[in-house]
Amino acid sequence: MSLLEISALTKRFGGVIAVDGCSLSVADRSITGLIGPNGSGKTTVFNLVTGFIPRDSGEVRFKSRPIAGLGPDRIYGLGIGRTFQLARIFPRLTALENMLVPVRRAGLRAVLSHGQWRHERERAMEMLDFVEIAHVAGTLGGALSYGQRKLLELAAVMMAAPELVLLDEPAGGVNPALLERISEHIRKLNRQGVTFLLVEHNMSFVMNLCDEVVVLHQGKAIASGKPKAVRENPAVLDAYLGT
Amino acid sequence: MRGNFLPRVRWRVGRGPLKLVGLLGLAIAALLLPFVAPDPATTNIAVFTVMYIGLATAWNIMGGYTGYISLGHAAFFGFGAYGLGLMLVHLNITPGYAPFVLVPVAGLLSALLAVGIGWIALRTRAATFVIVTIAFMFMMQLLAENLVKVTGGGGGLGLPYSHDWGGDFFNTPYYYAMLLLAVLGLFVSWWIRRSKFGLGLLAIRDDEDKALAVGVPTRAFKLTAFVISAALVGMIGGVYAYYVTYIYPQFVFDPLIGISMVLMAFLGGLGTLSGPVIGAVLLEPAQLEFAYRLGASRLYLVFYSAVFLLVILLLPRGIVPSAAELLNRRRARTVVS
Repeated sequence: MSLLEISALTKRFGGVIAVDGCSLSVADRSITGLIGPNGSGKTTVFNLVTGFIPRDSGEVRFKSRPIAGLGPDRIYGLGIGRTFQLARIFPRLTALENMLVPVRRAGLRAVLSHGQWRHERERAMEMLDFVEIAHVAGTLGGALSYGQRKLLELAAVMMAAPELVLLDEPAGGVNPALLERISEHIRKLNRQGVTFLLVEHNMSFVMNLCDEVVVLHQGKAIASGKPKAVRENPAVLDAYLGT
Repeated sequence: MRGNFLPRVRWRVGRGPLKLVGLLGLAIAALLLPFVAPDPATTNIAVFTVMYIGLATAWNIMGGYTGYISLGHAAFFGFGAYGLGLMLVHLNITPGYAPFVLVPVAGLLSALLAVGIGWIALRTRAATFVIVTIAFMFMMQLLAENLVKVTGGGGGLGLPYSHDWGGDFFNTPYYYAMLLLAVLGLFVSWWIRRSKFGLGLLAIRDDEDKALAVGVPTRAFKLTAFVISAALVGMIGGVYAYYVTYIYPQFVFDPLIGISMVLMAFLGGLGTLSGPVIGAVLLEPAQLEFAYRLGASRLYLVFYSAVFLLVILLLPRGIVPSAAELLNRRRARTVVS
């Protein structure tokens, strides 16, 4: 069953068609990779799905419900979290405070409730522990290393228990040891029922981690399937090698 | 490097009681001030200093927490002042303590105005937001000058005042009213800083798009902070109008009032609870002294701009954060040695 369905999604920036009638689906509880050459529209698809930019046409459905046109906060509230290409955290808040910012289905009572607050702190510390950065809970985000920021961003997005998480280049600028840790965290969370859609250029990372891969080229999905099959698809080789 | 939600660290142990004693001492001093120094010259300075503690604290709820620098908060100050003034005049309220009961209504009127202004102004960010808020402030000033039948226009609006209060006592009720509003502002600011709502505001300050991505309803949060801030400023404006008994558009919708509260918050430390208090306590008596000595030439404005430049150059983060950092460095050095 598909958790996320994108059909005929289109986005133009002036004369450039960044996403051109793109259709793809993300199976529930899968780790799906979205790959493609630079400029193929991967991040634009992320921004369209998460409501950061409005679509020109097409449809996005999450759990069969149309979500195109909703704002990023509403979309997060429905259960879609995302990370950014360059890890974005709140630099003047501590790591623990960063964890406590996410709001999902909050409502006034939850925003003001102190009981919920305590419960959230416990969960935040558990999540920091899970990604092995609990020791920097009291450190300001701006003082963390890039790797710690990556882990903090992943942990923070999980705070509101999203069903689907979109990861924009989780392996970007990360050393091999940390990359292995990130893969392991993603696998563990996936086993707990979280679905992932990730954009990545590191092919070995994608091929090892993903159950399904979708290839974008010039704003269109040109292939999808198991990693091995996609790797051998002639259309994909054409797109990457430009033959 | 340490923030509010930290697990307790060693050097903090034992600071609690000291803080409590300090706060209690300050509260007693503030409460007893009109009895200890009852002369009108002193209580007048106290009224204005406490007024600016309230104003800078209220402004900080929006500007300090969200990073949205409003230079037009005098619009709410003036609206509260005219709101209370017009109510007193048209409802024939007996001067004395009764007008103070209407101060929350003045705050409510300013809050309603803030919903309208915020709805438009908060569609913009950064420098554009600053300009839009200034523009709204001048629009309010122009309205007050031109709606002569309602406001009295440039001729000003006279408010009734109590003839029973005289001599040393005259300033006292206004002092306590201002003090109450300053304490209310501090309590609201403290409560917001501790809540998830406050954390959302700080997240907006750091990275608004990222805050949206983790579900913070940024527009609703910003508008709420703006309205709370404006309501407090409007109430203070109301008490000010009743205190000075005669108000003019250019002196209540006054850019200097708007800039002063910002400067005080900057000097003390943006986004901190005690920063605006320290900024107001340092700057307002100095400003009154300079205005008294150099008022006719308005040379005191030169003093103000000099302070602003010094703050930006030497203490861009304000006194409280800079002092905290200095203390932390010293402690770190002590631990190492």
